[in-house]
Amino acid sequence: MFYREAGQFKSTYAEDQRLFPIRQDRIGMAVILAIAFLVLPIASSAPALRGVIDFNYWYNGVIIPFLIFSLAALGLNILTGYAGLLSLGTGAFMAVGAFAAYNFELRVPGIPMLASFILAGIVAAGVGLVFGLPSLRIKGFYLAVATLAAQFFVVWALTKFPWFSNYSTSGVIAAQKLVAFGYAFDSPVKRYLLVLVIVALMALAAKNMVRSSTGRAWMAVRDMDVAAEVIGIPMMRTKLLAFAVSSFYCGVAGALYAFAYLGNVEPQAFDLDLSFRILFMIIIGGVGSILGSFLGAAFIVVLPILLDIWATWFERTAGIAVPAGLVSNLTLIIFGALIVFFLAVEPLGLARLWQVAKDKLRLWPFPH
Amino acid sequence: MFRHLRRPAAVVLGAAALVAAGTAQAQNEQFIPMNGYWVGPYAAGGSGIFGGFIDYINMVNARDGGINGVKLTYEKCETEYNNARGVECYERTKKMGPTGASLVMPLSTGITYSLIDKGAADHVPIVSIGYGRTDASDGRVFPWIFPLITNYWSQNTAKIKFIAAKEGGMDKLKGKKIVNLYHDSAYGKETIPVLDAQAKKYGFEVTHIPVAHPGNEQQAQWLQVRQIKPDWVILRGWGVMNPTALKAAARVGFPRTKMVGVWWSGAEEDVIPAGDAAKGFYAAAFNVSGSNYPVIREIEKFVYAKGKGEMEDRSRVGSIYYNRGVVFGIVATEAIRTAQAHYGKGKPMTGDQIRWGLEHLSIDDKDLKQLGATGFMQALKVSCTDHEGGGAVKFLQWDGKKWNTVTDWISSDQSLVRPMIEESAAKYAKEKGITPRDCSREG
Repeated sequence: MFYREAGQFKSTYAEDQRLFPIRQDRIGMAVILAIAFLVLPIASSAPALRGVIDFNYWYNGVIIPFLIFSLAALGLNILTGYAGLLSLGTGAFMAVGAFAAYNFELRVPGIPMLASFILAGIVAAGVGLVFGLPSLRIKGFYLAVATLAAQFFVVWALTKFPWFSNYSTSGVIAAQKLVAFGYAFDSPVKRYLLVLVIVALMALAAKNMVRSSTGRAWMAVRDMDVAAEVIGIPMMRTKLLAFAVSSFYCGVAGALYAFAYLGNVEPQAFDLDLSFRILFMIIIGGVGSILGSFLGAAFIVVLPILLDIWATWFERTAGIAVPAGLVSNLTLIIFGALIVFFLAVEPLGLARLWQVAKDKLRLWPFPH
Repeated sequence: MFRHLRRPAAVVLGAAALVAAGTAQAQNEQFIPMNGYWVGPYAAGGSGIFGGFIDYINMVNARDGGINGVKLTYEKCETEYNNARGVECYERTKKMGPTGASLVMPLSTGITYSLIDKGAADHVPIVSIGYGRTDASDGRVFPWIFPLITNYWSQNTAKIKFIAAKEGGMDKLKGKKIVNLYHDSAYGKETIPVLDAQAKKYGFEVTHIPVAHPGNEQQAQWLQVRQIKPDWVILRGWGVMNPTALKAAARVGFPRTKMVGVWWSGAEEDVIPAGDAAKGFYAAAFNVSGSNYPVIREIEKFVYAKGKGEMEDRSRVGSIYYNRGVVFGIVATEAIRTAQAHYGKGKPMTGDQIRWGLEHLSIDDKDLKQLGATGFMQALKVSCTDHEGGGAVKFLQWDGKKWNTVTDWISSDQSLVRPMIEESAAKYAKEKGITPRDCSREG
């Protein structure tokens, strides 16, 4: 009843090809963007609400990491979800982005912050290209092992060569202040808006990329690469482009992780654990879907925090002492169970569930 | 249609309910966040230390009614020894309580690094007793970070003094070979420069061998040690790396009586899994083990007798990690007490005031006797320039059943350490554009 597209006619090709062809989708997207760009920042500066909701915590601890991990998940989704090239090296490419951005800021005087992020992404893309070369000969799990090599090699190299961390005694880099266009992004709201703008623009670019011929070439390679080669899709260019674009996204996500979220990072922060975490995000969220990256990241970033908060609230109101560590272990159990559940029941993840829901809503209240 | 809005709405409503419930508390309280780890490979350390910390806080509440009537409250937050979770726990807990978080003890060098800027911006002191960031001992550049009691560089010089004593004198170090087997992380790498400086000064040869995290694979490293045939091995491990190293040393035939560990490789949980291989192993410590101290007895009397103790396994009370947590508790409560003496007794203190309290913290032998901690921990005197305040360690030896103290307090070589700290702090200040404080101007 709410979702029917009856009465919505498309009279130009442009209307037919738009990102959100259904008007309700466009309204929903506009509402989400309005909340993200306008409502949240305005609400967080309203004195009345500031005493009730700790916005700085939600920005610093939940929303900014959610956006950053969505960007990394987006990168991995392009590589694994759309191009079908299984990769376990996401953490490494994020590390390259973080350290590259730090070094550009450090060694090139007066470089604009956004330029150093873009250059960091390009450096990460270069590294991704090099480690993507094995994909031309091997597929599937064997390729995963090759990307695993990337994961270990990059973290080892960043630890072993002190030049990368400017000869700091502990290998930890202290990210420089976020300053762009003469404007200092030092409060949580400002950092949130900067990250939001970057992630929104890159998500838009990704969405357009996967709908273009590049994206279709990737999906062809994923579905049956022999047939794709037969009909004339260049394998090397397509696969390496997937690695490059994906690593670019992960590199920018890594730079944001260091600059806008943690402030201090060491190479061990980008270990195999992080790569698996992002892989779980796209598995649960939905491989091969842009929305799935966001849903998966929300799930994996926000759920443990919510469980922890709920456990503390439960402890306080019910007066029962929850054994320390129970919640963490419970989170791991729930995640494991969910991954098994999704792979068995709905391999295409939360995004597919949303799509099914949308399809049903288009018919509702009619059954068919 | 509004399904995609349900999750954020629920989150916001849930948060509002929680925060509203949280602020409906009594006002005469001092909140200390317990951002620690009870799961993961380092859970033994985290659960022991935070168990001791929480038990001490509860004991002070039960025995004295808090500090001058101000009750101490706490809330646990699981960080899993992960930097991102540590930052999230910090953000969640920094505003709790009537005056916000008193201080944060992250028990992780990595998380401490992540909180350096945040603590300064939010006015929450970060106290890293016995771990990084070492150059924060220079309080002029790091006013909000307190690596109290002993930092890694100080204890490393004390370790070399101990080795020299075993060899027969500092001059006997010339020509000796020492291997530094370290955990390949920020924590592990911190002592490399000070060892190199001492090697140059005293004429011994030092080889640094990294062990990749988590350290349960050390075959290659110990083959290398066997080739080098060093006189001493310094084991700078953490968690499972320690018993693995001891077992590997036994297999390769390296005497454990020539191995010295740091205080994060010198607890019962580090040596018991190695069994007989650990006998004779030395470790540095800034607190001792044993429950035969008045302060531990008080905890047993006021907390465990009432069934409110943190440790499910009672035998862990009095272990190294547990006693370390008690030391954390003593430092925190005495800092709050010092702040209250200056800013008003019986009132909850803000982060700024507790920072003042930490900077003017002084625990002498008389205070130790009153606290019931004589011989348990060393005396402490913190100042604006010196955020370390102690600098001495004792050495313990494992005999297969318990840790025995084999030396008295060995002080560090500040003539070597302090210039290195000031140089490193100045470099950080230049990189970040911080003007160091002028301590002579402050109260």
